This record gives sequence, structure tokens and C-alpha cells, in this order.
Amino acid sequence: MRAFEYGNPSSVKQAISLLGSNWSEAAVFAGGTDLLSLMKDSIVTPGRLVNIKEIRELHGIREEKTGMVIGAATPLEDLYDHFSPRKILPALLTAIEGVSSYQMRSMGTAGGDLLQRPRCWYFRNGFGLLARNSKGQPLVPNGDNRYHAIFGNQGPAYFVSPSSLAPALVAFDASVRIEGPKGMREIKVAELFRIPRDAEEREHTIAPKEILTEIVIPASAHNTRSATYEVRERKFMDWPLATASVALRMEGRQVRQASVVLGQVAPTPWRAEAAEKALAGKTLDEATATSAGEAAVEGAHPLSKNGYKVQLVRVAVKRALLAAIA
Amino acid sequence: MADRDERDHTTESESAQDGKKRNGKPSKGFSRRQFIKGTGLAVSASVLASEGLLKAAAQEKTPGVSGPGPVPVRLRINGKEHVLRLEPRVTLLDALRNRLDMTGAKKVCDRASCGACTVVIDGRPVYSCTVLAIDAQGRSIGTIEGLAPEDKLHPVSQSFVDNDAQQCGFCTAGFVMAVKAHIDKHPHPTAESVRQSLNGNLCRCGTYVGIREAVLEAATKMSRKGGRV
Amino acid sequence: MADIKWPPAADRHLIGKRISRIDGPLKSSGRAKYAYDQNPPNMLYAKLVTSPYAHAKVTAIDTSAAESMPGVHGVYIFTPVGKEVNWEGQEVVAIAAETEELAEDAASRVKVEYEELPYLVADTDPQHAGEGRFRSLSEEKTGDPDQAFQQADATHEGMYSIPVITHCCMESHGSVAQWENGKLNVWLSTQNVSGVSGEYATPLNIPPANVNVQCQVMGGGFGSKFAADSWGVAAAVLSQKTSRPVKLMLERDTELLAAGCRPSMHAKVRVGAKRDGTLLAWDSESWGTGGMQGAGVPRLPYVIEIPNRRTHHTTVFTNIGPARAWRAPNHPQMCFLTMPALDDLAAKLNMDPLDFFIQNIALTGERADVYKEELLKAAEMMGWKQKWHPRGDKTPGPIKRGVGLSIHTWGGAGHASNCRCTIHPDGSVQVALGSQDLGTGTRTVIGIVAAETLGLPLEGVQVEIGDNKYPPDGASGGSTTVGGVSSSTRVASTNALNELFAKVAPSLGTTPDKLEAVGGQIRVIGDPSKSMPWKQACAKLGATPIVAMGERNSTLISSGVGGAQMAEVSVDIETGVVRMEKMVAVQDCGLVIDLKTAESQVYGACIMGTCYALHEEKIMDQQTGTCLNANMEFYKLSGLDDIGEIAVHMMTDPAIENRGVIGLGEPPVVSPGAAISNAVANAIGVRVPELPMTPNRVLEALGKGGKV
Repeated sequence: MRAFEYGNPSSVKQAISLLGSNWSEAAVFAGGTDLLSLMKDSIVTPGRLVNIKEIRELHGIREEKTGMVIGAATPLEDLYDHFSPRKILPALLTAIEGVSSYQMRSMGTAGGDLLQRPRCWYFRNGFGLLARNSKGQPLVPNGDNRYHAIFGNQGPAYFVSPSSLAPALVAFDASVRIEGPKGMREIKVAELFRIPRDAEEREHTIAPKEILTEIVIPASAHNTRSATYEVRERKFMDWPLATASVALRMEGRQVRQASVVLGQVAPTPWRAEAAEKALAGKTLDEATATSAGEAAVEGAHPLSKNGYKVQLVRVAVKRALLAAIA
Repeated sequence: MADRDERDHTTESESAQDGKKRNGKPSKGFSRRQFIKGTGLAVSASVLASEGLLKAAAQEKTPGVSGPGPVPVRLRINGKEHVLRLEPRVTLLDALRNRLDMTGAKKVCDRASCGACTVVIDGRPVYSCTVLAIDAQGRSIGTIEGLAPEDKLHPVSQSFVDNDAQQCGFCTAGFVMAVKAHIDKHPHPTAESVRQSLNGNLCRCGTYVGIREAVLEAATKMSRKGGRV
Repeated sequence: MADIKWPPAADRHLIGKRISRIDGPLKSSGRAKYAYDQNPPNMLYAKLVTSPYAHAKVTAIDTSAAESMPGVHGVYIFTPVGKEVNWEGQEVVAIAAETEELAEDAASRVKVEYEELPYLVADTDPQHAGEGRFRSLSEEKTGDPDQAFQQADATHEGMYSIPVITHCCMESHGSVAQWENGKLNVWLSTQNVSGVSGEYATPLNIPPANVNVQCQVMGGGFGSKFAADSWGVAAAVLSQKTSRPVKLMLERDTELLAAGCRPSMHAKVRVGAKRDGTLLAWDSESWGTGGMQGAGVPRLPYVIEIPNRRTHHTTVFTNIGPARAWRAPNHPQMCFLTMPALDDLAAKLNMDPLDFFIQNIALTGERADVYKEELLKAAEMMGWKQKWHPRGDKTPGPIKRGVGLSIHTWGGAGHASNCRCTIHPDGSVQVALGSQDLGTGTRTVIGIVAAETLGLPLEGVQVEIGDNKYPPDGASGGSTTVGGVSSSTRVASTNALNELFAKVAPSLGTTPDKLEAVGGQIRVIGDPSKSMPWKQACAKLGATPIVAMGERNSTLISSGVGGAQMAEVSVDIETGVVRMEKMVAVQDCGLVIDLKTAESQVYGACIMGTCYALHEEKIMDQQTGTCLNANMEFYKLSGLDDIGEIAVHMMTDPAIENRGVIGLGEPPVVSPGAAISNAVANAIGVRVPELPMTPNRVLEALGKGGKV
């Protein structure tokens, strides 16, 4: 790991002043499990780390009128301890449990989960976020793409968004608050992610001099039936092969409105609009759930080795829907 | 929003390759892992950058910022204060092993993937390979060396012995610390909860059968004593 | 006078019991010091510069920028200009510096230029490997396979594949070397304490006798740590150059890239049998890769010697890291190419594979009765007859369950071994061997044998191993350690005891041949009233301890074991996720010295086998020549909660025990891949032809792979 400076501010304002105008100058440092690993592999080499864990207001969970506010530096284990006994927002609770390592939950933070970088093994081996060879040709289509995207992968990006919490948060229509030199902005979690258009762009819409400070889950989320289903090869700490998070507004057994969001299958959390439409107004049962799963794979574009993910999406959506009303 | 790191690396590697004798053969590509790690062809731009930074830092200090050179780091480990001079980049694991000769925590994956380096900070198990020592200041750090006096064994360690929950033993200290943290937090753990608490630790010899038995036994022993030993 | 033989069952106080390993407390308290943990004063840290290419010629090396850094003290060149590197991660330069961080900085400033050369990293068949990339290694014919296939009522043809995997030792390869006054001390993570000193002699220009090798504990080897290795020599040379101790341990990625792999094996198999299941014919066209030096030749079919057979094997040369012995070299591959093919044929004949295997059990040769007994025992433990069903679990719902079986063999015997047993006048006892404990329990086994022989409690014997200053011992490979060390220890301890008997006999009014050592006493056989406590007996030695030697003794050991394993799995046919729910392992290995650590070997083997059955593979990218998963995030191993119930039964009836001691490390790791694969086929009704059986492969076998 290259040498770097370490800043340890006690306020968000001070933290922002320590950040730079590009990523190589400084990086926000929270749980560190992803950032330090990236730095050890020289995938990123910021000259300065700005620790935000000592900033008190970035910790904890509180209720506001608009909804539940989660400080970005809150460890996942704290979220688990908060949600688990209350059995609230099950889609989020399952996503947290999906980070199955006790150590990882103790270190990893809510904000860090959203802002961790893709696990694409070409990216992690130094071929850039868009995974290209020295001639600029993409490596993923002809390479080992078993873990890559089946949606949003018509170029130039093939990686999948690794966030565990994002699909559930998007399903709840949650927002994030971002502080920067010009003040605070609040955007939907869905808007935090993007498919980079070129090698200059990152997969997050946050700027180098900004800090994700809070996650806001609207109060309306509590009026949903929700669930997450992750298809996992191992119970050991591992990335799900496909995830579906659903949040449903129900009238009896009838779905009034559905949010169906996929994870691990696209460069961003991926809203399955066709599945949402297929559910609206329907009575939710096994048959409806199955056809919603079928609708969810509309437009999938599997690569040479990840066609199985299409099947996983069908199943994940079906099972998440059935879990939500179980 | 330029991703300078990635762009720099691309440029660097490409120019490196251009400068190479191709011998008429088509370039089939290569791993850039070693290049970007700098363990390869070219002096990485970011090495130079961080060296520039070193010099700059020596000249004018940004307030509230330390490093990149060595700075005093105060660590409270197993109840005892240690003051070291460390660069901010030094991990807690390297500080323990290389500076303090506390070698119970092991370096295996060095990427927060295997659990062999597990120590407990403020009651929580963490991967010390991915904690900066400077960041562990002001916290209570527990390592396996602090579990029991030299001539005694902690009940968790004893259960590992009795149930042959170890073969080569290189992962064992990490498991013991993860179990200890779990039992401390949950004085009446269930078999299921303990098993789940070990999803962040790997063993290559395959000692899981013994570990499961050891943990159940330790939990029973310790819950009789109210969970804390 | 005590004879050189194992005590009869009734007289064993320690041998065959469940005894906790004697170094357990050191390990579970974190106090055990591995090579990686050695921090002699003033030590330097060395880091490697390795090849980013799968194949290239080094055309220039410039270490000047690194060497000019303050705190950098030494440079070592592995691959000089003009030489080739043959895999990604191959060592080129090592740099030693004051701190680990500085060594890394310095390594990053070494400039190496390469000329890229053509490479192959894909695990491909010989037809697609390209010119000069393969060699036919063996072509054999026994009986008349063509005619036998014509006589067969049923034939099955299938393709079976088992990939390249790595050892992934928790403690990476490496050492701490300390040059002092013309002598070298090395703390090496090794399976071969007594055998590596010669590797240092030429490069350091010293006699092997001036090299002290120590390894009290080591963090896993599995066949990959027999040598000092180039990086071990580099650490020593750097220490010699700098007059400072040098630590050089491989980084995890280099460990997975360069420190050993298990070769792949693929085969097109045709097998034929009569309607009643009697196997008649085998034909296999197989290939595999283990890097540039090729890989071993499989003997197919495995264990079951089908009378008429034709086999052809080709090795493919690839620019992946080199093969090294991986626990039971070749056997897991041979087993996986054989047992699933036989299981598929049994399914075609609508036979329960248990009946099918027993029908053919005579083809296993002289130990057929033992195999049969092991299969029946395993069936009882698994509840096979209740659980087995014809292919494809027909119960409703997506979770299908199934059972599968496999059998395996291994040699064992015992390597050369020398033990020195010292009985001191104060009654203390030491046994010393230049052996090592890989985590298998070797240290404990030695202590048990010595203590049993001398009639002492286990604590009464001090075991000294892990140092080449002790009498030379063999490398721990091929399950040969326990045979070697247990017999040499038995002999040395017996010899020492006989000397003690000679000293004591007059005081007890008898002759040495009438004495025995039991329960901390020396006593007259048949007259326990005439006895003397151990300490008192040893006091008769005056000032001179007894020092007795013992060598491996072939009458105490044997070779050739068998085992049967059964697996039960659940498979989610909608997601392709496989869970190992239960495994049973029945194993013979002659006389078991420590039942507890022996069972641990089998438990561990079932778990290691589950890893390679379900998750583990080295994934190479032909576009770039790179390994995509040289880390522990995507080089996937099973976690604790991924492992189901495991039941182990060690065969310990007198006929087995009378064979003497036989090694155990390898055999139980052979069958899990085949047994789990067969269980999956039983559950879902189709064969997943390739390991590991990850969801993508399971869904593909089910025909759900690429459907949109």
C-alpha cells in the first residue's frame, strides 16, 4: 500500500475541506474493508484518507418526520441490532444478514456498502472499471463473465453493482443526503448509481469532494410488505449471484403497487419495471409471483457464461415476492 | 469527474507495452496486477505522486492531517498502552506482528476475506489486516495474547483443544477471537447463532466439525458463568 | 526383553485412544510460533517482484532506483536478463528493506522489461492446445475391450472434468533466514525439515551441515512445501549479503499463482457391463494440465480393475503455476473420472449403485472383502437403503435430495525415519526426530508411541521434532509419516527400555527379559509385586543417560488402504445451489495410534473434498494470461456453515490392526468429489459433468443455463 496522509476530522465540514477535487487526491475512509483492499492492490491510490468515523453525527439511526435516518458511518452490525429484534423493514434486514461475516458487519458501514467499488475481477486485477485490454477492447464479453451483468451491459460497463443494501433501499424509494462544498443535496438512492459512459466516469454520481452523510428511508416504507431474496453459493461471506428486493403496497391479497429491484445483475441496482407492472392490481400468489419473475428477465442480455443468472433472477423475484406476503 | 487513478494506470501500462520489443508477435495482453502494484515494469506514477506528497508534507502541514511519514500512534492493547511511530498506512495487523511481536493474529488473505487476523475492538471482531493502526487509537483492542495469562487457557481455547478444533492451527486464533466476541455479546448463544457468527472465518485443513463442537461446549461453560470469563 | 512389535489391544493404554494433540494449547492460545511469526532482532523484510506475464523473456532489469532508497539493503535476481518466465507470478527479483512497507515501495521501483512470448493458460483439450503444447504420456490396453463392449448389455459414454485447484495453505510459503558466523538458521514453513539443507549449500557456498532448519509448527502444506524453493534460497542469500535476518513470505496472490496447483483431468469415458451389472469394458481418452512440466499419468479405471480396458492420456503444457503434489496426487482426479462413470452406468441399468459396486467388488483385488465391509458400514451409517432412490428425487418442491458413494485407495507405508530416545537419570524422557507436524498430529503420535512403550503417561515424554539437528527423518508426503515415525519411535523407545531393564533387573532379582514397563513402573512379568517406580529405576543410571536409536521398522507398518464414502446433498433445482448435508466416511489405515487426530484427518478430508466438489477452482483468463481469482474472495472455500453433518468410522477390527500402522492423510480426500457428484446426480436426475458443481453448472446440466 502506498504511503498516504491521514485526516481525522470531527465535523463533516472539516472533512469536506480535507477532500480533493479528484479521486487521486483523497478518499473518504469509513469501514475501510473495500478501500484498503483496493489500495493494497493499487487499484486506487489516494494521497490522503479522510476518516469519517469520528464524526458523531454520521453515526446512528434516528426517526425524523420524513422517515428513518441512518448515519452513513453506522456499522452494519448496528443496523442488524436495530432491525433484527424489531423485525422491521425485512427487505433491508435480510440484505444486512446477507453480509454474513460478523467481522464484515462490524467494520462495514451503511454508506460504505453503497459506495464500495465493483468486484469485477478484471477491474480488481487492474484492467480498469471498464475492463479493457491495452488496445481498449473490452475483456468481459470474451472472458470469464460468470459473475458479470445481464442487464445494462450493452457497453461500455459489464460489472455488477455489489451493494447489498441498495436494492432494498431503492425498493423503499430511499434517499441519500450528500454534503459538499456547496451544501447538502438529497437524491434518491437509485440516482446515486449510474452506468459509466466512459473510462473517465465512476459508477457513483457522488463527486470527489462530497460525502454521503445519511440514508433516509421514507416513513411510507413501513406500510409495505417487503422481502429480499439472495441466491448464494455459500453461506460463508460471499457475494450473492443474484438478489431481488421487493416492497409491496397491498390491499388484502391484492398488490396496489410493487417495487421490484434486482441486485448483482447490472452495473446499478436494477429496477424490474416489467415485473412491477405485471404485479400491479394482481392478487399475489405463486402463479403471479412466477409470472412476475418471468417479466423481470425481460430485456436480459446474458453474456457467454452468465446465462444462468437469468434463471436466478426469475427465482429470486418469485421467492422475494412470496416471502414478502408469507 | 475524471478517475485519475485508473486513467493514469492505463496510460502507464500502454506506454510500457509500446516500449517493449514485440518481436513481431501479436500482443496478447497481460495482467496489469503487477504493473499497478508496481511490482513490474514501470515506476508507477502514483509512487512518484506519493513521494511528491511526502516532500510536500514535510514542507507544509495541512492542519488536522498526519503522515504520510511516521507519526506517534497510541494503542491500548489488552489493557496496556503502547506508543509506536507508524506511518498512517500501517495496518493494525502489521503493527501487532511486526512492531509488537504479537503474532497470534495471522496474515493470510490480507484482504478482509478469511478471518485469520481477527482481533476484537471495543467488543467487536474485526479483520485487523484491514484496520489502520492509526485508526484504532482510543479504542480497546483485544488480541488472543490477552485472553489468558501465559500459563492458563481461556475456556474457548480449552474447548478447541478438547474437541480437536485445530490442525495446522494457522486459522485457529482468528476463530477463537470471533467466538469469544460472539459469546461476550450473546451470553446465551445458540448453536445456530454461533455458527452464523463464524461465517467470516476460513479454515483450510477442515476443522469445522471440531470447531462446532468446541463452540457449543465453550458457550455452555461460559453461559454457566454468565457469559463472561 | 521387550520385542519390537505393537502391544496387543488389551495392553494398550494410549495407542488407539482419543487423545488431544499435545501442541493444541499452543495453537489455540495463539502462542505457537510459525515461520511467519519469527521476528529475530534486526530483521529485514523481503518482497518479490514477479512476472505480470504468463510467458515472457526478461530483457532488462534495473534495480538502481530501488537500491538507492534509504533503508533498502539487498537485491536478489531470480530470473536474469535473457531467461524466461513461464507463468504469471513467477519470481523475478527480491528486495530486502528495513520495513515491510519500505520493501514494498522498493519493489515497486524495480524496472523489469519483458519480451512477451506466446502462452496458453486455458485448460483446453490437446486438439486445441496448439503445436508443441501437448504430449501423449501413456496408451495401454488390457484384455480385449472391443470384444467386451460388444458383449456388454449396457454401455455408457460420458465426459467428466475436474479442474486445476491450488493448495491455498493458510500460512503462505516462505521463511525467515538468519546468517550468523558462517552458518545459516532458517525458520521454514516446510514438510521436509530434514531434507532441505542441501538446497542452500551451493548458493551460499557452505556445507549442508552448516544449515539449521527449524519448523515447530507450520500452517498447512498439503504437498506443496517439500522444498526450500527459490524464494527460500533468496531469503538466505539476502541474509548472507546483508548480515541481517530476512523474512520472505509469499503474498497471497503469489501463493495462489506460483506455489503449487493440483493438475486438472478431463476424460471421455465409455464403460460397459452385463445386465446384472458385471463390469466388462472401459475405454478412456483423458487429458489434463499441471503447468509447463506436465502432470502425472492416471491409472484408469480407479480401484475397480475392469478386465478389458483401453486408456490413453495426454498432458497439456500451460503457462499456469507449476503443479505440486496435492494431497493424494492424481487420486481425486482418477476417482472423479471413474466413480461417476460407473454410477452413470448403474443408473442406466436401473441398479442401486451400492448393489452395483458390491456386484463388482472382486475387481478391487485382494482387499475386496474390506471394501465390501466398508461399503456396508457406510450404508448403515448413511441410512442408504432408506435414502437412495432411482435418479431424480420425485418429491414435490424445488429442493431435491440424493445420495452418492465412492471408494478409494492409497499406499501409505512409512518413509525413512530415525528416532533418538533419551532416558535421563531423573526419569525424564525425550524422543527426537527430524520430522515435522503439518497439523496432522505427528507430534502427538510420536509421544503416544514413546509413552506407551515406556509405560509412562503422555506427559512423561518430551517430543522434539521440527529441527534438522535431530536424527534425519523423511519428508511428510504420501501419508508416509506416521508409518515412519511411529515405527522408529517404537524401536528407539524399546531399545532404550531394554537398556534400562538391564540396569534394573539385578535389583529386582530377575533378568531383563522378564521385565515390563507398565503404569509408571518397571515390574516383573507375571509378578506385579516385584516392581520399581520409573523414577527410581532411572536413578540406577547414575550420571549417564540412556541414548538409544531406532529406525523405521517394516514389520510394524504396512501399506495399502481402502475407504468408502457416501454423501447426501440437497440441490435447489431452481437456483442450482448444492448443499452438502451429510457425509459418512469409513476408512481403514491399519493400527490407529491416536483415534482423535485420525478422525480429524478424515473430517478435514471430507471438508477439503467438499470445497473442491462445490466451490474451488483456479480460474485463468486466456485473453490476458492472468489468474482471475488469486485471492481468498473468489478462490472459494467452504465456510463452517456450508458443511453438513459428517460421521467418521475408523476400521479397527483385529485383522486390520494386525497389519500395523499405515498412513491416513491422503486417502479420505480422494472420494468426496465423486461421492458428492453422484449424490447430486441422484438428486436431480442428471450428471453435472464438471467440478466444482457451482449453480451455473448445475443449472446448465438441468437445461436451465442460458434460457431467457
